[in-house]
Amino acid sequence: MIKSKLVMDALVFTVLIWLGSIIAGFFGALTGLGGGVVIVPLLALGFGVDIRYAIGASLISVIATSSGAASAYVKEGYSNIRIGMFLEIATTLGALAGAFLAQRLPTSTIAVIFGIILVYSSFISVRPPRPKPSANIPNKLATRLRMNSSYPTPTGRKPYYVHSVPAGFGLMFGAGTISGLLGIGAGVVKVLAMDQAMRIPFKVSTTTSNFMIGVTAAASAGVYLNRGYIDPGLAMPVTLGVLLGSLLGAFVLVRAKTRLLRMVFSLIILLLAVEMIYSGLTGKL
Amino acid sequence: MPKQNSRWTDRQIELIIGKLLRIGVILAAFVVFAGGIYYLAYYGASSPDYRVFRGEPTDLRHVRGIVQDAFALHSRGLIQLGLLLLIATPVARVAFSILAFAVQRDRVYVVVTIIVLSVLMFSLAGGHI
Repeated sequence: MIKSKLVMDALVFTVLIWLGSIIAGFFGALTGLGGGVVIVPLLALGFGVDIRYAIGASLISVIATSSGAASAYVKEGYSNIRIGMFLEIATTLGALAGAFLAQRLPTSTIAVIFGIILVYSSFISVRPPRPKPSANIPNKLATRLRMNSSYPTPTGRKPYYVHSVPAGFGLMFGAGTISGLLGIGAGVVKVLAMDQAMRIPFKVSTTTSNFMIGVTAAASAGVYLNRGYIDPGLAMPVTLGVLLGSLLGAFVLVRAKTRLLRMVFSLIILLLAVEMIYSGLTGKL
Repeated sequence: MPKQNSRWTDRQIELIIGKLLRIGVILAAFVVFAGGIYYLAYYGASSPDYRVFRGEPTDLRHVRGIVQDAFALHSRGLIQLGLLLLIATPVARVAFSILAFAVQRDRVYVVVTIIVLSVLMFSLAGGHI
């Protein structure tokens, strides 16, 4: 790790952060965790960047990767725009709450919360929860909201019914708050809410979640921009790097076996988690 | 689902949204990249310090200031304009969805989407309560 005492000029600093962001975006796409979970610790711990600038830059990169990936996913016909739009009411309100919370909490507390989310993400990426079987009976509220749809399978389109809309809505508010507070996509929490509570098929929930991440992040980005958290010199290499890295990651994903990579990545995340929590508790961040 | 002979189907809406998102990201990345090159040409030898949080100057915090800086060809303003385009991309998607749901005559989702857009606009306006 580069010690913050080292004086770097802007060119070297920009190139190093750009390279680090490519790697973060690459592994983020490969594991489905997103680049943000690595970018913030990388900037804060590795480059000694104040965590508020780090979160601001990460948030912007989250919008870029989400929008970039969503444009590719919609072609496949899995994502459900009605589920996405309805739940975005919850995630955007949560994101606003998270952004306001970020201004009031001490940075050390934010670092500890970040660490806890990292531990959870690391765990989930190795052991994803088993998807619940989707129920065959339509749910009244979901039907009223026209959320039931179908998704393509090798044997034709398969219908699905959505359940527990209020529970999913509540969990999505939580996902939005985490996203707005920590500057990450929080896709892990979103997918969990859709899979486990609402019983939405995995392919539909992952693509719809990705669809929602950009809108959620945009909701807190406005507040961050207004409070001066988004620095162009820092956000520039982070955004361009994460975007490039995630494109590469998506390209490799369809071609390679990712089991070993996932294991290594989740171990790295766990180590970052420990250091984030330690730095937070000792008041270094 | 109601008949959708002459109206847009969900599928068509999704494809238009996909295109919209792609154009937004490519355009934003291009502006950020151009501003970045310009920034490094100007400030490449200075040493940035992000260890202490100071917050950005006022002109880089608001839409109007950012646009003014960008058109005055300030490198940091130009990057910030690109970042603003990136933030605007999902907002544009939501705004377009209102139109799409209106064409489908889906009143419930027109209302749902207007709520989402209002939250986004409130945030972009600075989120002052």
